[in-house]
Amino acid sequence: MRLSNVIELGIKELRGLSRDHMLLALILYAFTVSIYTYASAMPESLNNAAIAIVDEDQSPLSGRIASAFYEPYFMTPKMISVTEMDKRMDAGLDAFALDIPPDFQRDLMAGRVPELQLNIDATRMSQAFSGNGYIQQIVDSEINEYVKRYRAATEVPVNLTLRARYNPELSKSWFGSITDTISKVTILSIILTGAALIREREHGTIEHLLVMPVTPAEIMLSKVWSMGAVVLVATGCALYGVVQGLLSVDIQGSIPLFLAGAALHLFATTSLGIFLATVAGSMPQFGMLLVLVLLPLEVLAGGMTPRESMPQIIQTIMLAAPNTHFVILGQAILFRGAGLGIVWPQFLALAAIGSALSLFALRRFRDFLR
Amino acid sequence: MSVSEPAIVRLEAVSHAYGKTVALDAVTLDIPAGCMVGMIGPDGVGKSTLLSLVSGARAIKTGSVLVLGGDMADVKHRNAVCPRIAYMPQGLGRNLYATLSVRENLEFFGRLFGHDKAERDRRISELTRGTGLDPFLDRPAGKLSGGMKQKLGLCCALIHDPDLLILDEPTTGVDPLSRRQFWELIEGIRATRPTMSVIVATAYMEEAARFDWLMAMNAGKVLATGTPAELMTRTGTADLDAAFIELLPVEERGDHTKVVIPPRQTDGAQAFAIEAEGLTMRFGDFTAVDHVSFRIPRGEIFGFLGSNGCGKTTTMKMLTGLLAATEGTAKLFGNTVNAADMEVRRRIGYMSQAFSLYGELTVRQNLDLHACLFRLPKETIPARIEEMAARFDLAGIMDELPEALPLGVRQRLSLAVAMIHAPDILILDEPTSGVDPVARDDFWKILADLSRKDGVTIFVSTHFMNEAALCDRISLMHAGKVLISDTPAAIVEKRGAASLEDAFIAYLQDAIGPETVRAAEPASLEAAPSTAPKRRGIFSLRRMLSYTRREALELKRDPIRATLAILGSVILLFVMGYGINLDVENLTFAVLDRDDSTISRDYVADISGSRYFIEKPPILDYADMDRRMQEGDISLAIEIPPGFGRDVTHGNTVEVGAWIDGAMPTRAETVRGYVEGMHKSWLTRKARELYGDEAIKGTYTVAARYRYNPDIRSLVAMVPAVIPLLLMLIPAMLSALSVVREKELGSIVNLYVTPVTRLEFLIGKQIPYILLAMVNFLLLIAFAMTAFSVPFTGSFITLTAGAFLYVTIATAMGLVISTFVQSQIAALFGTALLTLIPVVQYSGLIDPVTSLKGAGAVIGNIYPATYFVTISRGTFSKALDFTNLAGSFIPLLIAVPILIAMGALFLRKQAN
Repeated sequence: MRLSNVIELGIKELRGLSRDHMLLALILYAFTVSIYTYASAMPESLNNAAIAIVDEDQSPLSGRIASAFYEPYFMTPKMISVTEMDKRMDAGLDAFALDIPPDFQRDLMAGRVPELQLNIDATRMSQAFSGNGYIQQIVDSEINEYVKRYRAATEVPVNLTLRARYNPELSKSWFGSITDTISKVTILSIILTGAALIREREHGTIEHLLVMPVTPAEIMLSKVWSMGAVVLVATGCALYGVVQGLLSVDIQGSIPLFLAGAALHLFATTSLGIFLATVAGSMPQFGMLLVLVLLPLEVLAGGMTPRESMPQIIQTIMLAAPNTHFVILGQAILFRGAGLGIVWPQFLALAAIGSALSLFALRRFRDFLR
Repeated sequence: MSVSEPAIVRLEAVSHAYGKTVALDAVTLDIPAGCMVGMIGPDGVGKSTLLSLVSGARAIKTGSVLVLGGDMADVKHRNAVCPRIAYMPQGLGRNLYATLSVRENLEFFGRLFGHDKAERDRRISELTRGTGLDPFLDRPAGKLSGGMKQKLGLCCALIHDPDLLILDEPTTGVDPLSRRQFWELIEGIRATRPTMSVIVATAYMEEAARFDWLMAMNAGKVLATGTPAELMTRTGTADLDAAFIELLPVEERGDHTKVVIPPRQTDGAQAFAIEAEGLTMRFGDFTAVDHVSFRIPRGEIFGFLGSNGCGKTTTMKMLTGLLAATEGTAKLFGNTVNAADMEVRRRIGYMSQAFSLYGELTVRQNLDLHACLFRLPKETIPARIEEMAARFDLAGIMDELPEALPLGVRQRLSLAVAMIHAPDILILDEPTSGVDPVARDDFWKILADLSRKDGVTIFVSTHFMNEAALCDRISLMHAGKVLISDTPAAIVEKRGAASLEDAFIAYLQDAIGPETVRAAEPASLEAAPSTAPKRRGIFSLRRMLSYTRREALELKRDPIRATLAILGSVILLFVMGYGINLDVENLTFAVLDRDDSTISRDYVADISGSRYFIEKPPILDYADMDRRMQEGDISLAIEIPPGFGRDVTHGNTVEVGAWIDGAMPTRAETVRGYVEGMHKSWLTRKARELYGDEAIKGTYTVAARYRYNPDIRSLVAMVPAVIPLLLMLIPAMLSALSVVREKELGSIVNLYVTPVTRLEFLIGKQIPYILLAMVNFLLLIAFAMTAFSVPFTGSFITLTAGAFLYVTIATAMGLVISTFVQSQIAALFGTALLTLIPVVQYSGLIDPVTSLKGAGAVIGNIYPATYFVTISRGTFSKALDFTNLAGSFIPLLIAVPILIAMGALFLRKQAN
């Protein structure tokens, strides 16, 4: 294998890419506008939740509770009757319905421990949990304030001080912007290398290369380094320009360290791109395959939902995917400011997976050229 | 044949441009009726554009085109005459469907023209017997040879008895025997239907010589018209090739002279450059090359002839080492070809059938790249590039992109690239296919030069007999075997034939055997009284179903697409069902307990005992806490201050600290909720222990009822919402691709030139995908209920009805998208963008539509998926039926006709 051939062929790839204005625009869009809009459109965990209140008590306390829900977390509560409640929830009009029973205030003050009923539409999982927590907190503080006046000191004076580290506001847009960047790295690197190979075959130029003194390994590596470099540069720009600049996210760790990890990850994903292109017969089949491979990779890597809530078997299987390690590494460095001392196992895993994938892809690629 | 008949086509000042490229430049012309009209000229001079305008496949931009007595710009006239015109576009089998059999292709066209079954069977049997295709009725069109494909194309064109037959280069890339058979067929048909007019574009002058009337074209203009004899007399030439060159403007003619290759100097002791010995290549059962042997001395021009698919390209690939031979040996300069041997490669130059240049690199960059790859010393590269530029006449265009250059120039550049490293052997695979005569002659002059002056051995394959005649020796190949190898003159002599072409055909006929070359039976092609309705209705069920049937057949024959669609959606449901998991469990936490009393341990036990948390070894100090949180080892850390137990007992205020890993906000929110809840319940319990029942005053309980999903299983919430996502994404993608594929592969032309309407075309293509999506739907439901055990509580009929409307919408959306995009990859991206993002983000999949703001809220309220998500969740989890969900059906019912109308409106019935 000759390094000069790998470099020459890689430069050819870059020249080719620079002529494809549509693709360049797509890359630019993916790493700027798309990240920005995605991050700024993320709703907070509770936003405009539809709530209805059935006030069967009609006491000062129940009135106080009803008036405690306001925007932006909740829509202005609808005051409804018991009979309406089921129908409205069935139709999906209300996500929450709080039923305050008759004589609630009287029973409360008499120590009869009355029961409030909170109906939650559990088909809306994302709101169900956090909404339940918020509503109980609101109700609790209203009631506490009300009963304080009539009650002796019977409380246990333990305060809980909760602090969220790394992202004190728990801002979803911080999280979204970085997670989106991480997932774009995977998507784009697979598409670029795979499409570059298929295009070369559809145009018949790959055959031409093979009659020259060039080996398959040189051809493959040239695509790996050139397309990897493009994605790496785009990632750097996205992190410095969009995430840190426009969205002013407070990145904890070292971006160069993250980019080094990204380079290892790209080695694996570009090899995967080559492999997929050798499996797919044509561009549409490549597209379909891409959907089938990318979606599981993205969804199960732990970027969208935490790894630990997935079934054990899936967690184990996903250890073989480069994404999993890249997501762990990215979150550790970018969110928690981890250094190489902490993320070295992920670096090692990525290097191992990358080497295995590229050897495998090279073997497929050799067969594919026959 | 009289030429005085009235004109069948009248062109007046017709111009046509693609962007800045002018294809036709104010052409005014009458084409006589009832005869065979030939159109000659180099590539890219506007022949195909003119033919597509005449056939109505392309919209007229300027000027007027009158065909069969009416204006082709007028939709009414176009609709009226379209059943009388047949158009066969350029390219082998461009308007055929490769996976469909011969019969299925013919039936498809028959249905489009409204023939009933009896009529179709009669016509198909006549046409296929007439063309000799009848033994191959069940063979897929894609597996036919080039000549047979063109015959099938002709049958499809003739199925409706046209009055005007338009053929665009029907014999380009077809071997001489098939070419001859093709023209005999046309002659036969014309003999039985003398009123039919035929317009043919061709690159072969010897074919054009047999036509009644010719028009020579160059650079968008008609140079001359008349009978072949007239053209030759006018230019004072003896053959059409020469006549055409004479007709060209002087500056383009250049210093054109006939190619003469000086005899080769043989110097006694012959060294062989290429030796093949029993070379054999098998692909499975199929033997592509069968024991081929030849020896080519150094400096010889060796021609390789044969019909399409006879093994020429495969042989060449074995010689270059691209393919490893199954048997036999190939030697170059006495060394066995070895794919791994880089040194041998440096002595070969190869030019493949497709022009293998990098379209995105300039001419100079292309040359430079190849020079580097062939390891020319860096310092000699610029000089070598200049040398090649001068020799191949590329100097003026060094910084242009190859795509912008005419075919003839591109092919010179390909040769320059193949020659950059001064190889000893050149292997050229049909280098001049589709190139005009002048450029071809120039090309051969360069070859002659290389062979005679530089002693380069040239191995070239071709379909042109005049090129074959220029070679030192030629081989005829058929079905993987070499029939004969000798000098052209010796072959003609041995066979006693009049020309090389006759000799070639004679050898082929011997090899094929008499029965398969059975002559066509033109008599049977007699025009039967047509029973087919010639009128074109507004909507014909037969035409629509014709497309449906064809689409379904194609889907059946492309198992990868169907499998990916069905299996893919199930796999994705599985992945998303597990992946988008909103249950937050198995959270890890650790404690820094500085008190370590009974009370502090009691506090911690509340957390570690819950099913949400898993306790990790205690935290040693703050540094330990930092490190473990960075590693992601723990997502919650609790610090209990010293003296906690004592302070609680004495009623002093104490502070418990909790740190949550905020890296994933959703998880952090959940953790916060859990911790706060547990803290509160611990307080209540403790207060009761300390103060007794007095503490109860002012307490209450909240009974939280998680409705529709009492166990709050993420799957129960997600699966009914993921199904709408999958039923949108995949059907839309498939239907979008089905139309764009036709655009890319060229069969869209059948929409342009047959009576099928846009609505018939769209709905016809949509139906199979709706059915596929419904199968998909049932599979997904079954999978959700069994594998994921998501309970189904509502009305199944309601859900099915909703799904039917919804997939109709999804496929219609795909069709609408397909009308905008041109390439398959763009269709993929576009569909993913327009389906995936709105469904995932704005249709209530994760965040309810009511909680969206701004543009997202607007999209959420319009997008059909929102309503199907409601129907799906309502029937799955809320035990609902039609009566409760009527409100969600109305938007779906409105969307269906709107989308289909949009598709029909935006789809073009003509090319641009």
